[in-house]
Amino acid sequence: MKVSILKQRDYLIASIQAALTDEDLKHLRDALVTQVGEYRSRGVIIDVTALDVMDSFAVRTLRDLAHMTRLRGAETVIVGIQPEVAFAMTQLGVRLEGVTAALDLEGGLAHLDHQTKPSARRAISNPGRRA
Amino acid sequence: MMVSRGAEAAKSPTRPADQEITVPIASDLDIVTARQWGRTLAVRLGYSPTEATLIATAISELARNIVLYAKRGEIWLSVQNGSGRPGVVVVARDDGPGIADVPQAIAGGHSTSGGLGLGLSGVRRLMDEFEIISEPRKGTTVTIKRWKR
Repeated sequence: MKVSILKQRDYLIASIQAALTDEDLKHLRDALVTQVGEYRSRGVIIDVTALDVMDSFAVRTLRDLAHMTRLRGAETVIVGIQPEVAFAMTQLGVRLEGVTAALDLEGGLAHLDHQTKPSARRAISNPGRRA
Repeated sequence: MMVSRGAEAAKSPTRPADQEITVPIASDLDIVTARQWGRTLAVRLGYSPTEATLIATAISELARNIVLYAKRGEIWLSVQNGSGRPGVVVVARDDGPGIADVPQAIAGGHSTSGGLGLGLSGVRRLMDEFEIISEPRKGTTVTIKRWKR
């Protein structure tokens, strides 16, 4: 299996395990856009640590994926872009444009928690206000 | 991590010599195979992981142009000696429709816009040398080189 998608709380976490072809990337995009609805997910994390190349097609497909899931009510965070991949992406001139990236899974989860649960956080930090 | 990535290069293309590899390009799977061979060659020559990634990314872009615009072609990888330091030479060849306006394809082909641009300007930035020969209805040959730092 090249990508494993697991559900954790309100989130879907897609871990890429091996190099992906263009078809694999499109399949991942479509699968996540569908599953966001099936599981009523609020967030999606895509772990690209295993990707040793992110070319213009990969970046565009991930960007599309993020915009499509947003239209279905879920925020997407890309995590695990390797330093040399970040360098190559910048040299190539491809941009994630409006898509959030975080260092790793932990950073991605922290971002989604912050993005998707503002009311819950207020409730915890200010319990008295809600009474 | 490098080991597992290398192990992914499962499909074995023709290898006339140790430092010369020809990868036929006809599908999206071939794009992955070509760039993995490019990385393997660069690493074998002692290129840094960053340089190997730049080369692999450039190969990926050129191989995809072949699949998108010419349907089939080949990527030829070789090593050249340039005043004491090795260089990886990538030649992307196809017999496809060719490019009518080459200067415009290089200048205007914004890879940020996605699939429509050829991304040649981006490929040029990844490498040290860039040469393109294209003739309408006859095909395109792009030659790129990157010298070891």
